[in-house]
Amino acid sequence: MSLADPATLRTRVEETGLLWGLVGLVALLSLLPIGRLVIEGLAPGGQLSTTALGKVMASPATWAATWNSLVTAIAGTILATLIGGTVALLATLTDIRARNAFTFCFVLPLMIAPQVTALAWLQLFGPSSTLLKLIGMAPPLGSRNPLYSREGIILLLGLQYAPLVFLTLRAGLRALPKELIEAGLAAGASPLTVLRTVVLPLMTPPLVAGIALCFVSSLGNFGIPAFLGIPGNFLVLPTLIYQRLAGLGPGVLSEVAILSLLIGLIAMVGILMQDVMLRRRDFRITTTSSAARPFELGRWRRPVEIGLWSFAILVLAMPFLGLLSTSLIPAFGVPLNAKTATLANYAYVLLEHAASKRAFINSFLMSAGAATLIVLICVPLGYFIVWKKSRALRLLNLAAELPYAMPGVVLAIAAILLFLKPLPVLNVSLYNTIWIIVFAYLARFLVLGLRPVISGYLQIDRALEEAAQIAGAGLPRRLVTIIFPLVAPAAVAGALLVFLTAFNELTVSALLWSSGAETLGVVVFSFEQGGDSTYASALAAVTVLVTVGLMASTTLFAQRLPQGVLPWRD
Amino acid sequence: MARLTIDRAQKRFGSFIALDDVSIDVADGEFLAVLGASGCGKTTLLRQIAGFDKLDGGSIRIGDRLVSSAETHVPPEHRKLGIVFQSYALWPHMTVAENVAYGLTVAGVRDPERARRVAAALELVGLNGFADRRPGLLSGGQRQRVALARCLVTEPSLVLLDEPLANLDVHLRASMEEEFSRFHERTGTTMVYITHDQAEAMALADRIAVMDRGRLLQLATPSMLYQEPANALVAGFIGEGMVLPAAVLSAPQAGRCKVSVLGVEAVVRCRSDQPVTDRAKLCLRARDIGIAPVGHGGLSADVERLSYQGGYFRLEARPAANEDVVLHLDAAEPAPAQAGEAICIAINDGWVIPEHSLTDKAA
Repeated sequence: MSLADPATLRTRVEETGLLWGLVGLVALLSLLPIGRLVIEGLAPGGQLSTTALGKVMASPATWAATWNSLVTAIAGTILATLIGGTVALLATLTDIRARNAFTFCFVLPLMIAPQVTALAWLQLFGPSSTLLKLIGMAPPLGSRNPLYSREGIILLLGLQYAPLVFLTLRAGLRALPKELIEAGLAAGASPLTVLRTVVLPLMTPPLVAGIALCFVSSLGNFGIPAFLGIPGNFLVLPTLIYQRLAGLGPGVLSEVAILSLLIGLIAMVGILMQDVMLRRRDFRITTTSSAARPFELGRWRRPVEIGLWSFAILVLAMPFLGLLSTSLIPAFGVPLNAKTATLANYAYVLLEHAASKRAFINSFLMSAGAATLIVLICVPLGYFIVWKKSRALRLLNLAAELPYAMPGVVLAIAAILLFLKPLPVLNVSLYNTIWIIVFAYLARFLVLGLRPVISGYLQIDRALEEAAQIAGAGLPRRLVTIIFPLVAPAAVAGALLVFLTAFNELTVSALLWSSGAETLGVVVFSFEQGGDSTYASALAAVTVLVTVGLMASTTLFAQRLPQGVLPWRD
Repeated sequence: MARLTIDRAQKRFGSFIALDDVSIDVADGEFLAVLGASGCGKTTLLRQIAGFDKLDGGSIRIGDRLVSSAETHVPPEHRKLGIVFQSYALWPHMTVAENVAYGLTVAGVRDPERARRVAAALELVGLNGFADRRPGLLSGGQRQRVALARCLVTEPSLVLLDEPLANLDVHLRASMEEEFSRFHERTGTTMVYITHDQAEAMALADRIAVMDRGRLLQLATPSMLYQEPANALVAGFIGEGMVLPAAVLSAPQAGRCKVSVLGVEAVVRCRSDQPVTDRAKLCLRARDIGIAPVGHGGLSADVERLSYQGGYFRLEARPAANEDVVLHLDAAEPAPAQAGEAICIAINDGWVIPEHSLTDKAA
């Protein structure tokens, strides 16, 4: 290689330095934790041994929890698919009105923390239901809340993740060329026949993708089985891991590592089955054109609209009302009326209770910090993946999906293993600090920020960057002055997704929190476990308000967003 | 100083050869058009000159500086050239003035010098008063002018133009063509202009490089390209030439020779070293042939179709001597014949294609 002039050399150093810095960072966040976990499973404590493996495999609790996990995840997925699929077909293919508002409401449960959903539904039913008492329909005292059961978990998993199926199917339906539907109608088929013979077969890929996503999410969900299952001792794998770790501490790390590998393995099977199912047939759509004209429902339009909205209200407004009414009573069991209503619970969780106040600050700062860092990583990362077509980063792009595709407990256990001992060289311990949670947030939610940024890049004319390059600007300057402003809307959308998800999460922090490093999810969970449902409800209600407020605020810059980066925006 | 020397440039994308041994020498201050259909390699060539892609073989020099070879690659930001992009590529988050000033800012030029030069560049393209607008609010022609001003403000010695008129309305094209032409005269900058439009290339360029499937077919002045195409592909591409098998019957004399084509004899132009052969190819254009005056013999053919072009008719005729060939010729109003009728065609001029010179890049 001939000697390059100094300017060329500097450019080369800048670009390769940035590229390998990013490669290292993504590897650190995605490959390292999972790798560490696999090593622990194979060689607990650094020695090849099957003792821990044998112990876990011989325990009946392992298989009971695995069975429970499979049953609830599969049944929850079926329920979510039925609900989400039907609603997606109705809301996308027909001429119902107020589609945007409905989409927002229907997708909302996805953005609300599962533990809050669980809490809200618990407040709705059961003998102490403030709302049912209000209308005199509460079950007799001493009877069991029907949601503390396997069926309760399945129902809530189905409702929580129906929007996932809805979103993937709707994206597929939008890409369906209208000619395919019109050709079917022109051949004399009725709309229902076209739906059955043309639309649904072509929608197999998004439907299967949605189902797989739903299955993995249900399998990894911690909040719902923690609130509904633990009281009745109905354990699934994530709650079993939580109990083992909470009860016995880090001593059982090898065992919980194996348990989390087991759940990771089941998730992998789910993802691989999606691949196998799609390989058998050709689903490629050859034409591209505008989206299909909606089917006219005619006189059925009003009943369908009423049906959809009542469903949305049932699954959204009712539980939230339950939550709200519980948060307004002075003590659990007291009926709500003009005399008893009080804001004392809110004052307590927001102003008095130390851990709760701390949790607000912790969750806010950690979520905002993770969102900011992820955007700062994703903008140059997306640049190398999309425009430089870096092969190393394309592979790492898949790796970055791993911590998010895997159930949250898997990453949490991996982070514990990684940071239990002080960091080498630096001799600083992250364990039992907020930094281990920040690390887990970065690893787990990186892909949430990356996806919108990548679709942002795909919609920008690269000549805009090339023009700056020709003007003499090096990569760092181009990133700051040209590229960042251009992808900013997509990056903000990504940051918001990361923030909301981290702000509402419990799965990771339930295993990683320590005194002084509580998150909102953890505090809500411990209030509820300690029987303080009123405080739990008040705190949960506040998080719901923050979430909905932030989601609604996106309408302010929605015009400048690439299509489809925010799930609740049409 | 701003000579551009492309020497045996090679570029492959997988097994696809995008640039096959292309050599072009552009003189300082020359206006070169690179002409070809889409996929011919002209955009690849531009991206090599700009440095967006790396070369697999050969070399590119700007002035005396080697910028691209299989071993060396100077990144675009250090090549000191200007580009006007097909999509204009104006930054939507900056004003017109900020767009134009960008290259100066990067080069470390500060106000008031920078402001003065931005104003001068906007003045040059007739956009003073637009400095504070956003590009999104401008018309296509105005955006093109901003792009031009942005490219010129740093006074690059080499300017690349990538189909700059492709996105403009027909009536705007003519005025922008004029603008480019005037601009070239005034600055004396070396320009490489990529286009698929022959008329544009002919009107603007000092020389035209015709490309096809990654190869350079001919590099010549517009008139040479039209009059004396170097091979059958150029003959067919430029000016709708008809390429016919012919036999050269006599050695050239004063640039002309006697040929036999479609069973008749004619005297046509040829190279001074054209040998006598019975496997030559003749290039005829519509204006080279016409309806023969009655009683002067000529080539008999059947009219297949005629279409009115405004003031004259375009006739398509199939000669009796070779049913596989379709000749087209123009005839003034009124129509000399109807479809299905027989006519006699006279060959007044033509060019014997020096087929062996496919790789001969002499102009």
